Amino acid sequence: MPINYYIFLAVALFCIGVAGVLTRRNAIIIFMCIELMLNAVNLLLVAFSKMHHLALAASNATAGINGQIFVFFIMVVAAAEVSVGLAIIVMMYRNTHSVDVNFLNRLKN
Amino acid sequence: MSTTQILFWFLSVLAIFSAIMVVASKNPIHSVLWLIAVFFAISGHYILLNAQFLAIVNLIVYAGAIMVLFLFVIMLMNMNADTEPQKNKWLKIAGVIAGGSLLLVFVAALKNADLKNQLAQVNHGDIGLISNLGMELFHNYVVPFEISSVLFLSAMVGAVVIGKKE
Repeated sequence: MPINYYIFLAVALFCIGVAGVLTRRNAIIIFMCIELMLNAVNLLLVAFSKMHHLALAASNATAGINGQIFVFFIMVVAAAEVSVGLAIIVMMYRNTHSVDVNFLNRLKN
Repeated sequence: MSTTQILFWFLSVLAIFSAIMVVASKNPIHSVLWLIAVFFAISGHYILLNAQFLAIVNLIVYAGAIMVLFLFVIMLMNMNADTEPQKNKWLKIAGVIAGGSLLLVFVAALKNADLKNQLAQVNHGDIGLISNLGMELFHNYVVPFEISSVLFLSAMVGAVVIGKKE
C-alpha cells in the first residue's frame, strides 16, 4: 500500500481534530479531539515503521521496530494524561457547574 | 482490487466519517460512541499493517479504558444535547475554515514529497508481533518502560488528589 495514502489519511484525521478543538466549547469534546489527533499520529508512525521495515529488512531483521515502540509509549502517556485531565475537568465542573471553555477563560476566580 | 485494498478504503472512509461525526454531533454521548468507531477503524488499520500487538493495545487501552472513563464523566455530569454550550455560527465557520486551511497546507506540502515509490508493508513482516516487540522493549527500552511506571504512579496520585473534595 503506498505510504502516501496513509499520510493523507492521518493528515485528514489530524485536521478534523484541529477543527474540532477550534469549533467546540465543551471541554470534554475538546479533550476527545486531542485524543483523535494523537491517534492520527500513531497511525502515521506505524505506517512509517512498516515502510522502513520493507526498505531495510534485508540488512536488519527488526528495522523500523522503534516506531511501534514509540506508539506504545504514546499510548501510555495518553492514558496518564486522560486520567489527570478528566480529574481537572471534574474539579472545574464541581466549582462552576459548567464545562464551557468560554466561561472558564480566566484562571482567577 | 484486492481484499487488502478494499479493507483499506473501507476502514479509511469509516475513520474519516466517524471523526467528522465526533466533531459534528450535538450530544456528547454520541461523540464518544463515534470516537470509539474511529478507534476500531484505526485498530483495523494496525491489523492490516500486521501490528497485532498495537491493535489489541489500542482496543483495550483506548476503546476499553479511556472511552469508558469519558463516558463515565459525561454521565456523571448529566450532559445531553440541551445543555451543550454552542459557539456562535461565525466562530464555527472560522474554526472549520482554519482546519481546512491546515489540511490544505499539509496536502500542498506533501503533494510533491518524494514518496511516490515508497510502500508500507501490509499483511507481511513480523516486527509488530508481540515476541519481537517484547524483546525490543525489554532490551533497548527497559529504562523508559520503568520510568513510565513512575509516570503512572504520579498520574494516579495526582488524579486522586485533584478529584478529592476539600
